[in-house]
Amino acid sequence: MRSTLFAVVTFFTVFAAFPFYWMLITTFKRTGDLYNLQNNPFIFNEPPTWEHLHLLFFGTLFPRWLLNTFFVGAIVVGITLFVAVPAAYSLARLVGRWGESLGIGIFLTYLVPPTLLFIPLSRVIATLGLQDSLWSLVVVYPSFTIPFCTWLLMGFFKSIPRDIEEAARVDGCSRLGAVVRVVLPLSLAGILTVIIFTFTLVMQEFVYGLTFITSASQKTISVGVPTDLVRGDVYYWGPLMAGCLIASVPVAILYNFFLDRFIAGFTVGAIK
Amino acid sequence: MKAHARKGFANILDRAEWLGPIMLAPAILYILALIAFPFGLALLYSVSDVTTGRQGLSLVGLENFRGILESPTFRKALKNTFIFTFVSQFLVMVLAQIMALALQQRFAGKPVVRFLLLLPWVAPIALGTIGWKWMYDSLYSVINWTLQALHIFGPNTWPYWLGEPDLAMIAVILVHVWRMFPFATVILLAGLTSLPQEVLEAASVDGAGFWRRLFQIIIPMLRPIMTVAVLFGIVFTFADMTVIYVLTRGGPYDSTHVLGSLAFFVGIIGGDLGEGAAISVFLFPLLLAVAIVMLRIARRTEVD
Repeated sequence: MRSTLFAVVTFFTVFAAFPFYWMLITTFKRTGDLYNLQNNPFIFNEPPTWEHLHLLFFGTLFPRWLLNTFFVGAIVVGITLFVAVPAAYSLARLVGRWGESLGIGIFLTYLVPPTLLFIPLSRVIATLGLQDSLWSLVVVYPSFTIPFCTWLLMGFFKSIPRDIEEAARVDGCSRLGAVVRVVLPLSLAGILTVIIFTFTLVMQEFVYGLTFITSASQKTISVGVPTDLVRGDVYYWGPLMAGCLIASVPVAILYNFFLDRFIAGFTVGAIK
Repeated sequence: MKAHARKGFANILDRAEWLGPIMLAPAILYILALIAFPFGLALLYSVSDVTTGRQGLSLVGLENFRGILESPTFRKALKNTFIFTFVSQFLVMVLAQIMALALQQRFAGKPVVRFLLLLPWVAPIALGTIGWKWMYDSLYSVINWTLQALHIFGPNTWPYWLGEPDLAMIAVILVHVWRMFPFATVILLAGLTSLPQEVLEAASVDGAGFWRRLFQIIIPMLRPIMTVAVLFGIVFTFADMTVIYVLTRGGPYDSTHVLGSLAFFVGIIGGDLGEGAAISVFLFPLLLAVAIVMLRIARRTEVD
């Protein structure tokens, strides 16, 4: 049985991770080595090179895209927290029986896909004059981060015993004061999860970014790398793969720390 | 009590009946403005002749729908959307089940395995997909090179993955499976670890072998969580356009379009917002069905 386990784990791990290994090798291979079919693609037949990374950071708009993505991400995280934290608290504590149903309803809006909304939204964005601007993303992205994060936080707030809040109110806090002074510090883990998750959602988004933004300098990483590191029909695979790797790995590292919380959010209480 | 001594605005904030809705309002407003309203607009556009060129719009009844239903490209896209979704999710379930069971065992290096396993899911979709595009390259495909080096392919076999319709469909399904199976694995694993051990042990004692335990006990008990994982997978794959856009742009010869990508090309690039909206409206029935099933699961776990 042990060897079967080893085989299974190895096979799936290789299947999952190989494309990233391939990105890694491509990033550092000299162009001559890369486009030479006689060479074994898995090893460095010529010594590794920095040239693709150099081109990526100094010859393309990649650093600008990184900046754009962080800009949008930071603001969207702010908006999401500002809207989802009170909403989740309200649903968990203050809205009684139909709080649960409303919560599920909000969560279900997460299932309304961008590919259904992007056509009318493109018109709305154009009417608002936000066409080709990062602000269009700042306005639209919370539409999918807020529902899921509200749902996530609802679970967190519900797991805080009411007595703690009652105790704070007995001590003279207003309701709002009790929330700020007692509940929020206890839900720091949940809030951190929301921040990370929102940021990764922003980094991963593609459809709205592609639809609303056309100028190369205004693109985010997820849109810029696959569409702009091309001249006509020729893909610059070296810098392209470098860009993919740089944009994917930090997200992966962050995600791994918060994995259990995300799962809890997705499973809709189907596991108790 | 000090609480009652506060006046006016602060007093309102202190009452649950007011504070609750006030705290909830921004979220509800956002959802109404950016989901409900555009959704209504999408329905409106689908029965109108709005384009990106003109300001106004006029209603045209079911004209758009008639047009697209007569188009072979649309019919292919509709078919593809279902094929890609259900084939890939079936494969995902099988793979995820196997891997989740494997991850339940004890072995060294599990955190590393978990990190590597999750990479397809956490990497931005467009970036993971373009990695695959490089792997499928017509001249330099590492897949072809490897299979040829292993003598699984003959010296003249060099599949043009993204250039032939059938191969392209396989290529797309593979990317979808690659992307979603880590997500499903992780959810199934969570389900597996929450299964009551006593039931499994009792079955072992009764002499049930591995396969019987798996099919007659584990899988039925995992059903709610499997359903959740499948439903999410279906929604994410059915409504996707990124994989198609980055990998094939809908080609070759428009044979790998799905509803989302076709709507993009027709509505955004082509400018025919009415027709694009009509195409994307076809996404809604399945998503509604998924939502209903999810609601039933959520309600059932509440009753417990």
